[in-house]
Amino acid sequence: MKVLTLNFLTCAVKACKTTSASFPLVPKECELVSDTIAPNPTLLTNLLPRVDWPALGSIAVALGFPSLSPLPPTPADLENDTKMMADLHTLLLETQISEGSLVCANCGHEYKVKEGIANFLLPNHLV
Amino acid sequence: MMEYMIRFTQVHETFRVPEIKALAVLRGIDMEILSYSPSSPFCVVKLPSAEAAAQLVKRSILVKAAYELWGSGSSYEDLHDNVRGHSEHLWPLYKKNTFRFSVDSFQGTRSTTEQKKLIEGFRFLGFEGPIRMKGAEQEFCLLEEWQFNCAKLGVYEPQSVHLGRFICGSDRDSINKYDLKKRKYICTTSMDAELALITANITLADTGKLFYDPFVGSGSFPVACAHFGALAFGSDIDGRSIRGKGKSKPNLLSNFVQYGITDQFGDSFVADLTNTPLRKARLFDGIVCDPPYGVREGLKVLGSRDPTKGKEPIIRDGIAHHQMDSYVPPKKPYSFLAMLDDILEFASVSLVDNGRLSFWMPTSNDEDQEIKVPEHPCLEIVSICTQDFNRWSRKLITYRRIPDSKVVHTVREERVKENGVSADDLNPFRKGYFKGFKAAFR
Repeated sequence: MKVLTLNFLTCAVKACKTTSASFPLVPKECELVSDTIAPNPTLLTNLLPRVDWPALGSIAVALGFPSLSPLPPTPADLENDTKMMADLHTLLLETQISEGSLVCANCGHEYKVKEGIANFLLPNHLV
Repeated sequence: MMEYMIRFTQVHETFRVPEIKALAVLRGIDMEILSYSPSSPFCVVKLPSAEAAAQLVKRSILVKAAYELWGSGSSYEDLHDNVRGHSEHLWPLYKKNTFRFSVDSFQGTRSTTEQKKLIEGFRFLGFEGPIRMKGAEQEFCLLEEWQFNCAKLGVYEPQSVHLGRFICGSDRDSINKYDLKKRKYICTTSMDAELALITANITLADTGKLFYDPFVGSGSFPVACAHFGALAFGSDIDGRSIRGKGKSKPNLLSNFVQYGITDQFGDSFVADLTNTPLRKARLFDGIVCDPPYGVREGLKVLGSRDPTKGKEPIIRDGIAHHQMDSYVPPKKPYSFLAMLDDILEFASVSLVDNGRLSFWMPTSNDEDQEIKVPEHPCLEIVSICTQDFNRWSRKLITYRRIPDSKVVHTVREERVKENGVSADDLNPFRKGYFKGFKAAFR
């Protein structure tokens, strides 16, 4: 599962979704792998406004990446800074969680990730 | 503005105009349809330039080719006059080019001798370049429209004829590339390649966009969206369809590998749309899906059939049952119509402004058993296409997310909820299907 996807996901429990603690899910005992993906500046520019930047910052640190700037780059910043573009491409699109769990900081429920596929099905008592 | 002839294929008639209109929106091309009838594959449009015509049809699935229209008539004499009057200024441009002519007769046939004679009738164009049957710089086509069943009716001349200069072919070859028969991983409900690609076009899949299919199965739609350059995401309540089975495991991702489009693979995860883990934000440019309507694939969501059951976690020998690897959460049948409402609500929350939602919906061909097209105040219906089967048909319905400033808030009509817990009670279509649509609703 990509770091980008992690930025789109919260706890599936309905009562948690309205709380701020449920996002981002906290990676626990995660193994990371990295794919090589062709750079796609159009995609990166389009998706940045949809990324929750503070959450991305905290996930980056939790996964052992250098901390991000406090504010997201503007499209112009990105265009002028090829290194920033490459770093974000690596973090958001190339880095994958292959094994581990994602934990909701509100209810404590753990979602398992196996072979890169996260499972968000809830047990009956949480539906 | 110049007139162009769009030559469609003779399949999926109701999808033709929605596809071509979607491509015009996608490429920002000002297109006016001057003449078109679903019974004919010829469509005359007005476009700003030949370049625009090429952009328009290049990735179409239902178009065969686009031509610059040099003239039209109800007979060849008529056509000759029309070409002389309308396009004489164009002739010198191609005077020295290598060229070829061909004849395209819809609902009619022409022997090669006849074809040769018809083509020779255009000698007056004054082309001097050598003829090349392969790799000619310019290709001209005589497009003929014959009355249906003309041979039997004793009709020996077409109703109308056109002369066109070939501009661009379409993306029909991709149907073969993505043919399900050659795909490594499919399931019983995989969408055929042609319709999946058309759906991706109508939903405006393109480079730099994010697409999502909440009922992904073996990934037919994400693959089609990825073909057009979108980053494609998918989820399914059935993890097996995503992970694949067995040790060697062909799976959803292996389809992306097979077609060399892994850079366009967003992600896949196991989830139930009625308990989605996606956060409430405008994340996607397009949502495409074929929700299970309960015939081949049961429609289920998380939860127990008995609402009083399972409210506490089960703990055995100090281990919570639901934390074990072997745990499979219970699922219950769900109403198809309720699911459609959920999809619309999800799309209104998750699509960017002007982003599109397309989904497939089955319906009986009996009027009194027809399923109403669902509506949502934030979503405007863009097109409805129908694929007909014998007693039922399925529709591809496409919506556009209206920007919030343009939404007229009306009170949403509450749908009458289906009672019952069994799949048949919840899904009138399923019930009708298995009863052969006879008195299923009475």
